[in-house]
Amino acid sequence: MKFNREKGVERLLLLVALSAIASLALIAVFILKEGIPFMLKVGPGNFLLSSDWQPDAGKFGIYPMIVASLWVTLGAMLIGAPLGVAGAIFLNEFVPRSVMRIIKPTIELLAGIPSVVFGFIGVVVLAPLIRSHLGGPGLSVLAGSVVLGIMVLPTVISISTDAISAVPNTYREGALALGATRWQAVHMVVLKAARSGIVASIILAMGRAVGETMAVIMVAGNAVKVPHSALDSVRTLTANIALEMGYATGMHRQALFATGVVLLVVIMILNSIATAAVRRPIGGKGNTKK
Amino acid sequence: MRIPPKYTQMFAVTLLAGATLVTLAVLLFIIVFVLQKGLPVMSVKFLFTNPQEMGRAGGIFPTLVGSVLLPLLAILIAMPLGIGTAVYLTEYTRETWVTKVIRFGTDCLAGIPSIIFGLFGFIFFVVMLGMGWSLMSGGLTLAIMILPTIIRTSEEAIRAVPHSFREVSFSLGATRWETVMKVVLPNALPGIVTGLMLGIGRCISETAAVIFTAGSSLRLPQSGFDSVRTMAVHFYILAREGLSNENAYGTAAVLIIAVLLTNLVAYWLMHRFIARRTK
Amino acid sequence: MSDAKITVRKLSVFFGQVQSLRWVTMDVPRNRILGIIGPSGSGKTTFLRTLNRLNDLFPNTHIEGEVLLDGQDIHHPGFDVVALRKRIGMVFALPVPLPMSIFDNIVYGPRLSGVKGRDRLNELVERSLKAAFLWDEVKDRLQTSGLRLSGGQQQRLCLARTLAMEPEVILLDEPCSGLDPISTAKIEEALTVLKAKYTIVLVTNNTKQAARVADDTAFFLMGEMIEYGPTPQIFTVPHDKRTNDYVTGRFG
Repeated sequence: MKFNREKGVERLLLLVALSAIASLALIAVFILKEGIPFMLKVGPGNFLLSSDWQPDAGKFGIYPMIVASLWVTLGAMLIGAPLGVAGAIFLNEFVPRSVMRIIKPTIELLAGIPSVVFGFIGVVVLAPLIRSHLGGPGLSVLAGSVVLGIMVLPTVISISTDAISAVPNTYREGALALGATRWQAVHMVVLKAARSGIVASIILAMGRAVGETMAVIMVAGNAVKVPHSALDSVRTLTANIALEMGYATGMHRQALFATGVVLLVVIMILNSIATAAVRRPIGGKGNTKK
Repeated sequence: MRIPPKYTQMFAVTLLAGATLVTLAVLLFIIVFVLQKGLPVMSVKFLFTNPQEMGRAGGIFPTLVGSVLLPLLAILIAMPLGIGTAVYLTEYTRETWVTKVIRFGTDCLAGIPSIIFGLFGFIFFVVMLGMGWSLMSGGLTLAIMILPTIIRTSEEAIRAVPHSFREVSFSLGATRWETVMKVVLPNALPGIVTGLMLGIGRCISETAAVIFTAGSSLRLPQSGFDSVRTMAVHFYILAREGLSNENAYGTAAVLIIAVLLTNLVAYWLMHRFIARRTK
Repeated sequence: MSDAKITVRKLSVFFGQVQSLRWVTMDVPRNRILGIIGPSGSGKTTFLRTLNRLNDLFPNTHIEGEVLLDGQDIHHPGFDVVALRKRIGMVFALPVPLPMSIFDNIVYGPRLSGVKGRDRLNELVERSLKAAFLWDEVKDRLQTSGLRLSGGQQQRLCLARTLAMEPEVILLDEPCSGLDPISTAKIEEALTVLKAKYTIVLVTNNTKQAARVADDTAFFLMGEMIEYGPTPQIFTVPHDKRTNDYVTGRFG
């Protein structure tokens, strides 16, 4: 009799365990349901490559937003990746364990700061600085990139640190035993071994940056135009959705969902690359142990 | 002439240290800046009175309520689902295609940006299921959003329970479910609670997903189907509409303190968890 | 036949493709201590864990042959494994107190079986701890955590915990391997007293322990049961050369 109850419990748990994949399916279905028909109606080429975004007149070109997202994200990575990886290396290799144990959680703690606060600081501190020293409206690609770059730092540091600390100590000891300095051991041996993990961290951070909404809305300016310089005001894909969702109806709303589809596709691609990068070490040194 | 490695090392380490310091400095600057401007605004009156003139004056009480109720609801929904999934994955199956599918679903879900959750929650809960902008819509959406976190941390915590504990339990005539409930879960509890706290922290900071599902009503909710405004949303509105920089800073300060507190509790629990096991 | 508590016929155990036990045939006599000796990897632990079907916890295992407890096939489909494990208790090599108080450790199993009532439980705890020769040392601190005891005490706690289930058979897998001589002696003393009420199977890496404590001894090598007989005979005039080599220390 207890056996039947056990079987029942197992079945119930299986159902519960499928909730994650069920939610994912729901999300995919509904976003696609609203977005794909629209894209087919308007034509993907038109949608993605036209710079004409006038929902009231039935024009739905999101090209400026795509470029904006691209610029802001790349800019963010230009700032966040080097700082993050450098931080990860420094914390892992040149800082005593005890100090690391305080600093690492501190950085992760700081990752919990709400994105709206980052955005606000960007508006209140960063944008005026840009405006007065570099010109332009201040709320710009540059502001967005800096803010986003800072926001992804904890991600880059955290995952890169994991990758670096996963390198077996024997690698380091081997290099040191051959007369290398610590730095030589790090950049000649450890970094090569951790390379796939570090690259994965950057790509994952990129995915986060592309998906970020609230901070960019506040600091990037939100003008619908293709940027020509880093000081231009831009509107990212995410900002576009968030700003207009509140009052969009009909085809306009579907256009926003279609934008969501584009976003999802980009992020899924980035995440898949990141996962693949970790699984197969760069350099073809793949180990085929089963 | 080759530069001696000793000097390249000094140069490199200085650069690296500089980078790290910049990171820390910036992050600390943000906290200090907000707290400096916001703490003076934070008073009992601020926390417990209602806003006036759409937030230009007065306090933030309804948003405090919203920021408590919404994450609470999300956790109440995500907790059984997440822990149940983790238990299933670790205790009841081997690695089969089913578990691979479940993990794939969890990983994908973890990568979805919050604006998409906002879109989904809006079209599914608010519109299609007719729940409107409400606690329920927001809570359900946030629950799905934090589900991967809960699953991951719970699974890790459960796996950390030594296999010998399970063997002992079985050898004393316990069933699998009894072993899970009486030995495994109690032991994994600190790790699981860490995950729950991280989930709560995320819900408190979340804005995009919340605005489009829970709305932004400044009224105290009377039922699960009333709209609520969280502090994060309130802060966003205050800042963007330029309603009151002062109140904005105050709200931000409360937000930061709340998030920092939940994360601190999470980390403290995790350390206790690790310390207890290595004794 | 009726003298054997457990009968094993041509038992083979497979982990995936690997055959860990090879056609073992032997009886476990009632109310005696059966010692199982042999070098590491000879299948002693696998054999032990088959008796209470603890190997079921590993994926991809299957068995051939049969194991009968009081004449009943324990691998018969539909056989209540949970009930089996209440009748056959096990003490593991490393002491594993559950992270609870001493009291809770002991009543864990009985509670699950439905034993209730303060008085009954208290009496059960006292009885079990006394039988494991641990009562005097812990009777004043039953609420402290089991993890606070010394290694030897923890192992006796595990023995008491097993006894609290009032099983018919007690399996012990190298129970003294990490313990000091005094704790070892205490456990051996307990076993000698317990065999009057229980059937005991003791796997040990220490041939001298088997010589001290076991009534009968079986020698395992590479998954096969090489020889089985009364302990004095195994240690003085074994029939098989390999047995002789092992007990005289030529290999181990």
